[in-house]
Amino acid sequence: MARWRQRLLSSACSSSSSSAAAPQALLRLASSALSRQSSSRGFAAAPDDTTPFVVDIPVPYAGHRCDPPEQRVETSAKELVDFFKVMYVMRRMEIAADSLYKAKFIRGFCHLYDGQEAVCVGMEAALTKEDAIITAYRDHCTHIGRGGTVLEVMAELMGRKSGCSLGKGGSMHMYNKEGNFYGGNGIVGAQTALGAGLAFAQKYNKQNAVSLALYGDGAANQGQLFEAMNISALWDLPVIFVCENNHYGMGTAEWRSAKSPEYYKRGDYVPGLKIDGMDVLAVKQGVRFAKEHALTKGPIVLEMDTYRYHGHSMSDPGSTYRTREEISGVRQERDPIERVRKLLLAKEIVTVADLKNLEKQAKAEVDEAVNQAKEGGQPETHELFTHVHVKGLKQLAYGPDRKEVIVPLP
Amino acid sequence: MFPGIVRSSSRHLPCRRSLMTVRDALNSAIDEEMAADPKVFVMGEEVGEYQGAYKVTKGLLQKYGPDRVLDTPITEAGFTGIGVGAAFQGLKPIVEFMTFNFAMQAIDHIINSAAKTYYMSGGQIAVPIVFRGPNGAAAGVGAQHSQCFAAWYGSCPGLKVVTPYSAEDARGLLKAAIRDPDPVVFLENELLYGENFPVSSQVRDPNFTLPIGKAKVEREGTDVTITAFSKMVGFALKAADELAKDGIKAEVINLRSIRPLDRETINASVRKTYRLVAVEEGWPQHGVCAEVCASVQEETFDYLDAPIERISGADIPMPYAANLERLALPQIEDIVRAAKRACYRSK
Repeated sequence: MARWRQRLLSSACSSSSSSAAAPQALLRLASSALSRQSSSRGFAAAPDDTTPFVVDIPVPYAGHRCDPPEQRVETSAKELVDFFKVMYVMRRMEIAADSLYKAKFIRGFCHLYDGQEAVCVGMEAALTKEDAIITAYRDHCTHIGRGGTVLEVMAELMGRKSGCSLGKGGSMHMYNKEGNFYGGNGIVGAQTALGAGLAFAQKYNKQNAVSLALYGDGAANQGQLFEAMNISALWDLPVIFVCENNHYGMGTAEWRSAKSPEYYKRGDYVPGLKIDGMDVLAVKQGVRFAKEHALTKGPIVLEMDTYRYHGHSMSDPGSTYRTREEISGVRQERDPIERVRKLLLAKEIVTVADLKNLEKQAKAEVDEAVNQAKEGGQPETHELFTHVHVKGLKQLAYGPDRKEVIVPLP
Repeated sequence: MFPGIVRSSSRHLPCRRSLMTVRDALNSAIDEEMAADPKVFVMGEEVGEYQGAYKVTKGLLQKYGPDRVLDTPITEAGFTGIGVGAAFQGLKPIVEFMTFNFAMQAIDHIINSAAKTYYMSGGQIAVPIVFRGPNGAAAGVGAQHSQCFAAWYGSCPGLKVVTPYSAEDARGLLKAAIRDPDPVVFLENELLYGENFPVSSQVRDPNFTLPIGKAKVEREGTDVTITAFSKMVGFALKAADELAKDGIKAEVINLRSIRPLDRETINASVRKTYRLVAVEEGWPQHGVCAEVCASVQEETFDYLDAPIERISGADIPMPYAANLERLALPQIEDIVRAAKRACYRSK
């Protein structure tokens, strides 16, 4: 178990031996990669510069039945700045949600994504809006990645009609049809079969697009996932199964729930790739590779080695099954935003002051959205009975007192 | 397609009637809707090469190819989820369950993924899917293969649930279900597949549909209302014949639709007859008949001349032995007895 915890700090992909050495080795790799870049190009680019340059990916990919992609990826100054901005907004948004939940503006379930931002942001860098995404309940940031706004996330969390689901869904049910985002699903594992169905439709419609079905390490043991993988492989569906392995299914660590926690290998005959999910560029490269694979060869499993700082949900302090040292250790060694910050500074794309400004802007954006959301009204009473059906057939629906409330469904 | 058999009663009908089995009614409905809309496809176990476990999808693979008629592995949860996901993207899947007993493995997708999504998404994601297959008891298939699911699905907002009886019902309701933009649970009956029913040329028209949510008065009467759905409609009609010999004119209502339930037609009938026998094959507790009773006692209480009667399957898992199986299911004599009780004609 101790070795497992040590792996969390250094990422399971690396082959380093001792616990102390591992994080150091990671930083050494990262900074040596950066210095190689600086010395060969004598860098300094403007933050909106789109000239591509190549960055090394320090943590090696691990492939299952496939040759992993290159350990280097093209990016640009602008892309890195955008990564920083959006991840920082996501981070502040989730932190704001934490406060709002404690202040009782948000009710019910609230599963926060802070720590995992690199996964959804890196994914989007390799995808288009033709591609489809479906995930489970830790969906606030995924919704933003698909083109949603912080306002509609906040408003939905607070049950206001300006929410992305008109206040009728809540934290776990955020959708964006235009952005090809299918939620937001509360039943663990169900979204994996649904995601294969999205890919089925893309193939049926002869679209040159893929579907990504995201699930956690907890869901990775679900039978229907294997049913979906089987059919996807049989029928060559352009689906990418993405395991966001944050190492804990609620309070159960991966080694307590999975006989084989090598989730990228669990597809058996379906190839897999393990990716450092805290490195947004590694995610971008891995997803680009996976999209190519899914379009030409069939389904593939991606395992994102990631981490959540919060507990499973707002009801979970997150410390009964893991130590505070572990959490702060990951935050110190592997935080996805800090990694991009270091890269931006090392490449002299921005200054420390620039970043402070960006952070201030992000915080202001989130604060503004929270205030606007708070001012928003709750859904009108008649919305109780809307959207039960597309075609309601004027069927009578009843309220709790059926003599009092009878509504023909629109 | 079928030899035109002109019945003597057709003197009163403007069109010639011929016979069609329920199986052929379903097959032709799926065929026509697939021809009309390229987004419609069929998936399920043995629907393709095997020609359908009950031959309902016979010939469709040959006609439309393996891209639109898909044989699935025996993985209900997986393939139902895939069907629902495809519907999220705007395709129109017809998911066949070999029987609805196996749909229990997929019921999470039917309820949580299909029925609720349009509401949870605030109207963004529609789910135009049909789940169809045989429901209820067959003959001698035992406890795990004989359950009626009408009441379970019928209680769920977001679903439409229909139960055809005749070939006309099968054609009209299935075409309506496939065209409907919402998830529809289409409960057939294995023992009805081979039964012949007269159908008019209107029913054979490729544009023939029946409205979901409307019951049909199969037989008019004045003394007692009998409601039934699926196979029990046939039993109710035979019971009405028996009752007529004793001077009791029963009105038989074929519910056709469990959700929406046509409360108007049921209550209008009871306002005429003042007595009600509700019949279903499934278990009585929290069954369809319980809802029918509740509706009538709420809306038509003052008209009732007798307590409402319910005839349903016995409160047991379905036994195998033929004599026990017969005792576990409603028979015509049960319906007759209940109707007479409602008419204060027996002890």
